[in-house]
Amino acid sequence: MASTDTGVDAKGDGSSAAGEPQDTHDLAGLEAGLDALESVQAARTPLRETLVRKALPPITAIALVLVVWQLLVGAGAAPDYKLPSPSAVWDEVIDAWLQGTLLDYIWTSVSRGLLGFLMALAIGTPLGLLVARVRFVRAAIGPILAGLQSLPSVAWVPPAVIWLGLNDSMMYAVILLGAVPSIANGLVAGIDQIPPLFLRAGRTLGATGLREAWHIVMPGALPGYLAGLKQGWAFSWRSLMAAEIIASSPDLGVGLGQLLENGRNNASMAQVFLAIFLILLVGIAIDLLIFSPLERRVLRSRGLLVTR
Amino acid sequence: MATTIAKAAADATAVTHAARIEHVSKSFPAPGTPGGQQLVLDDITLDVAPGEFVTLLGASGCGKSTLLNLLAGLDLPSAGSIDTDGRPALMFQEHALFPWLTAGKNIELALKLRGIAKAERRQEAERLLELVRLQGAHRKRVHELSGGMRQRVALARALAQDSRLLLMDEPFAALDAITRDVLHDELTRIWRETGLSVLFVTHNVREAVKLAQRVVLLSSRPGRLAREWNVGIPQPRRIEDSAVAELSVEITEELRREIRRHGQH
Repeated sequence: MASTDTGVDAKGDGSSAAGEPQDTHDLAGLEAGLDALESVQAARTPLRETLVRKALPPITAIALVLVVWQLLVGAGAAPDYKLPSPSAVWDEVIDAWLQGTLLDYIWTSVSRGLLGFLMALAIGTPLGLLVARVRFVRAAIGPILAGLQSLPSVAWVPPAVIWLGLNDSMMYAVILLGAVPSIANGLVAGIDQIPPLFLRAGRTLGATGLREAWHIVMPGALPGYLAGLKQGWAFSWRSLMAAEIIASSPDLGVGLGQLLENGRNNASMAQVFLAIFLILLVGIAIDLLIFSPLERRVLRSRGLLVTR
Repeated sequence: MATTIAKAAADATAVTHAARIEHVSKSFPAPGTPGGQQLVLDDITLDVAPGEFVTLLGASGCGKSTLLNLLAGLDLPSAGSIDTDGRPALMFQEHALFPWLTAGKNIELALKLRGIAKAERRQEAERLLELVRLQGAHRKRVHELSGGMRQRVALARALAQDSRLLLMDEPFAALDAITRDVLHDELTRIWRETGLSVLFVTHNVREAVKLAQRVVLLSSRPGRLAREWNVGIPQPRRIEDSAVAELSVEITEELRREIRRHGQH
């Protein structure tokens, strides 16, 4: 505060006849004072506080669900084959772990899901860029792409089985049909939301064509693109589970979808519950470990995420 | 200092103008009337000499931004010709810095798009940051900077284009009075150090008088050259100087007369 005061005074007193070096010196001091006064210091929340604030509520919620569940089982609300007890489901987990198959189930599905997602990424990104930037392409396939998003990808399973047979490529086809539109649409939305000023600024700096796409359009669209990726992953995972449940074959290996279907066939509700929990867990874990940190990092670096 | 003046003088003999606008008109399709055209700029002829500082003054609807777009090559004139000494740099009212890059990387991007080798970019960016007195701000994120600092980084980025002509579209309009005053002095200093030509658009009469060697007044709808003044007041000037105030009063009177014409149909 004091530095600005003296700075302004010195400026007021100094007549225009004042020597240039003196003048420049005053200006530098004044400017430094202004900069110091107006700069904001963004502080990060300590890890412990984050844990307490972010981890405690969901843990409480999960504990509450388990308690209610156990109470319902204890009260005999439904017969065993409809509602297994939490401990029965836990026994399934332990069994599968001891047999060494638990991680196999998960890995079979996760590896398929991630590979399919990466393929969807490789196709959806250029597609989204084309739709957003080329007027003819947008008019031609934009609405179809948006409409495809509302089509449940499970609808693609029967034709995919007929076209490709009961194999991995059929799974990937279903994942792609589910995830590519999400990723492309996310990128289109992200590009549409870039302030026109950035594009003008980019052009005056000499960014055109592919250089514009790489230096201005893609980074500008990144928040929308990430939201699209997140949704694309959710669609990939959902499509894959639908495909695994419907199209089970011994050649395909047991993923989480097949585990669920097997549980139904064996009339083992505990196994069905196990499969559902694992599917949910993977979905949450991927989001929590990959997409959320990525999204937060991008938003924070742009000053779009204010920690309260 | 002496060398830059010599350099500017040498350039002056080589090129006679930094920008030459000859009989330029621009019209846009008028909304509402099919096939109709709305004239935005009408027969503008204006030269900016090498190293000259010209402010363009006008009320709303005088087509200032349109003229800058034409000069920056973002749009084409409907009639007439525009000639600039290389591609001009353009600075906007909003800082237009890319939020996904740090302050320094914003400047380095301009250098990269100009084709400067990677090894030199960092050093040149540091030099430009120093020129706008933001040494040490290289790694700062745009949102961590104050409004005045952002405009200074934007100025550094514009300077990174190494153009002979700097176009400025009301770059200080959104700043508070103290900061704006300081940035006026900074801009004057940098202009004198670099020997750049500046075409500075504003609707603030005092700002125009304080900065310019020549003030050009545009009329509105369509934009025409109304009058121009040579400002002989010696630099450094203060916004509160009586000479600045006197000329400002005269120009404001003229500007008001121009605006009043639109009220009487």
